[in-house]
Amino acid sequence: MAKNGKSPTLVVVQLSGGNDFMNTVIPYSNGLYYDNRKTIGVPEESVLRINDAVGFNPNAAPLKELYDLGRMAIIQGVGYANSSRSHFRSMDIWHTCDPDKIATEGWLGKVVRRLDPEKSNPLTAVSIGRGLPRALSAQEVPVTSVADLDNYGLMSGFSAEQQRADALDLFKRIYTPAIGTAAVTDYLARTGIDVLRGAEMLKKAPAMYSSNVEYADNPIAKSLRDVARVHLADLGTRIFYTQHGGYDTHANEAPTHPKLLTDLSRAIADFYRDLEEHDAADNVVILVFTEFGRRVQDNGSGTDHGAGGGAYLIGNHVRGGLYSEYPSLEPGKLENGDLRHTYDFRGLYSTLLEQWLDIEPTQIVGGKFEQLPMIAV
Amino acid sequence: MSESDRSLVAHLMQRAGFGSSVEELELLASRPYEDVVEDLLHPEKFPPVEEDVLRRYYLELNNADTHVAWQAAWVYRMINTRRPLEEKIALFWHHVFATSVGKSEHTPSSLRQIETFRQTGLSDLRTIYIALAQDPAMLFWLDNCENHKGEPNENWGRELLELFSMGVGNYTEDDIKNASRAFTGWTFTQPLPLDPYGRYPSQFLYVAEDHDDSPKTFLGRTGNFDGEDIIDIVVEQPATRRFISRHLYNFFVADEPQVPAWNIVPPQDPAAINALDKALKDSNGDIRSTLRVLFNSDFFKKARGRRVKSPVELVVGTVKLTGDFRFPDPGLANLAVAVSVMGQALMTPPTVEGWHTGKEWIDAGTLNERVNFAVNLLADHGKPGIKSIIDHIGKNEATVTPAKLVDRCIGILAPLSVSPATRKGLVEHARQGGPIRFDSEKARARSAALAVEVLQGLVSSVEYQLA
Repeated sequence: MAKNGKSPTLVVVQLSGGNDFMNTVIPYSNGLYYDNRKTIGVPEESVLRINDAVGFNPNAAPLKELYDLGRMAIIQGVGYANSSRSHFRSMDIWHTCDPDKIATEGWLGKVVRRLDPEKSNPLTAVSIGRGLPRALSAQEVPVTSVADLDNYGLMSGFSAEQQRADALDLFKRIYTPAIGTAAVTDYLARTGIDVLRGAEMLKKAPAMYSSNVEYADNPIAKSLRDVARVHLADLGTRIFYTQHGGYDTHANEAPTHPKLLTDLSRAIADFYRDLEEHDAADNVVILVFTEFGRRVQDNGSGTDHGAGGGAYLIGNHVRGGLYSEYPSLEPGKLENGDLRHTYDFRGLYSTLLEQWLDIEPTQIVGGKFEQLPMIAV
Repeated sequence: MSESDRSLVAHLMQRAGFGSSVEELELLASRPYEDVVEDLLHPEKFPPVEEDVLRRYYLELNNADTHVAWQAAWVYRMINTRRPLEEKIALFWHHVFATSVGKSEHTPSSLRQIETFRQTGLSDLRTIYIALAQDPAMLFWLDNCENHKGEPNENWGRELLELFSMGVGNYTEDDIKNASRAFTGWTFTQPLPLDPYGRYPSQFLYVAEDHDDSPKTFLGRTGNFDGEDIIDIVVEQPATRRFISRHLYNFFVADEPQVPAWNIVPPQDPAAINALDKALKDSNGDIRSTLRVLFNSDFFKKARGRRVKSPVELVVGTVKLTGDFRFPDPGLANLAVAVSVMGQALMTPPTVEGWHTGKEWIDAGTLNERVNFAVNLLADHGKPGIKSIIDHIGKNEATVTPAKLVDRCIGILAPLSVSPATRKGLVEHARQGGPIRFDSEKARARSAALAVEVLQGLVSSVEYQLA
């Protein structure tokens, strides 16, 4: 239990496309880094040093501040054996915890099933964006996906308030009697009423929210602001999911990757500050992950798909520091030119499940994996 | 033309195609049902969709790798084709032989695969399986390009038997190994270079020196089998006919449990499966003949409302009703995105198992998307399709009662039928606005608005999610 008396909550930030770990946490004292990164290497003098070996990309300065406060854990070399270089497949593996066969249920979907077995709260998990990530999908587990928090829910196309109210009223009138009918129509009707309930609850969030924090105007900042608004409305959400796209930097990495890191770091720092100002940070841990790292050697413009990468935990109950080992850059120790993973991501999930959400992880991640002491409750 | 004829042919068009506009339905309902079935079964009698028009107005398509644009182009075909079953059967095989562009990231090969499904989809199983086994998108998706003499990769061999033809329990692990060896040397050419010359699909390539020529034992027979021999044996298997029969039933007739459950859960209508099985057997695996039996059967005609519409069926069916996108208008890509966020990103199925169908299409997020999409699409009274619907409702009458207005709207959405409770809710809603008159321009406009509200209520209903 967190110090503010509220239930532990997980905010997931998915970096889609494969974030370049080597240019995020930079092994600046290793000559091999500069040998391999002739085009997009970050000069040693601008690296924000963590220790004698590694440091943050200068565009991630807000994260460095969180790190210096002891609130951020960096999991180096996270991944899995025989890493898939396909975005789709690798993301799928991170979502379902199954590297061997293509599974259908997501790890967080199973978590929601444990957190709310009675399906009493349609907002137990909230995903910001349209469509549901595989991580959150599990059969008959209600999850709410919110594309636009200020205009969420059914009949959102009506601009006139009265018209929308009438349409919602009609919807309720025709969905309610279908509850308790045949299996399929009953399920459809219950789902429809859940959407109404979820929307009714979520409507409060924008109205209740006020903050001194000014988020930047970019997609990840908007998404995390939406998370803050829902979290602060105290609607019982335990899992939040957001995505930040554009990390597939095959070309022109030099201008694009710094922009991504700038947007991401500032958004996370603003989000964290927003929660702190409202005394609502204490029960939140943020997980930032990506489907893979990128090729050690740059291709003259960017980097191709790699293997081992990095993940990050941020929060008041996170024991800050560097975890696992930075994968070796020695040519003989690479996996087809990529960083070999040094820590299995399912251990990271197990850590979060057992140490933070208080859920037995074995079933969810598909086995026992080494946990790291990254949470201090 | 009776309402029941109209409803039946509307049901046929919804299942064998993607629905119909009010006018199309009028025409079709005046013809004998069996003739409409024959037209569907013979797409070659009708002109194809003119893709060059699409390319001229939809410039993204000139770069073959714009995946969303090509998803939209397929949706456009579904809306406008005069060969509805050609597109529907391509979608059927896409469900069964689920291949995702997400792994190859090579759109031209995925497009080629769908085109192959269009061209071969109504032919016989042998032709279909051979085309599939030689399809570059499939060869890459299931790693047959990594299946070498002396170093077999069993991914394709396994899925051919487990997910594409016979289903688990009908073969052994040794059969998989031997089948896989028979497909060694079946690979593809590297696709042609990248921009600025455009990208082209790769081609099937048989590499004789990479083919394992030694004897193999497969399903009890022994020989120097090549891939074609394996397919010859596979199509003779009763398990294959039964598996395809169940797929046809699940896709065209009524929702069954998900495929992996089929060896445990028996079919809900064994007689129907037997009839399809027999049709396949009698015709040497001919899909056209089997669908003729299916569409003309009582079990099909009675199956109205027994399936949850897939997202693309919901989107295209609703668009057809409004008369939108009869031309490559701006916003076409939004339709593809709508289909994707409802959970059916075309050419991007989640796994090789394909999409989970039936009620698994529905969760809070997808239902929200489905309802809002349909309601928003109907909002514009000026659309040609909506105009003709209103004309139809107010036809020959100065006033209509709320109940009659609702019933006419339901009739327009044929083969939709709604529960008494849904109807009651709609009638109550229609009653709130006073008399429903069509005898002056002003009254007509008000009544049209009310009719649209009722239609919006109907397309958001539980029943509209079903087909």
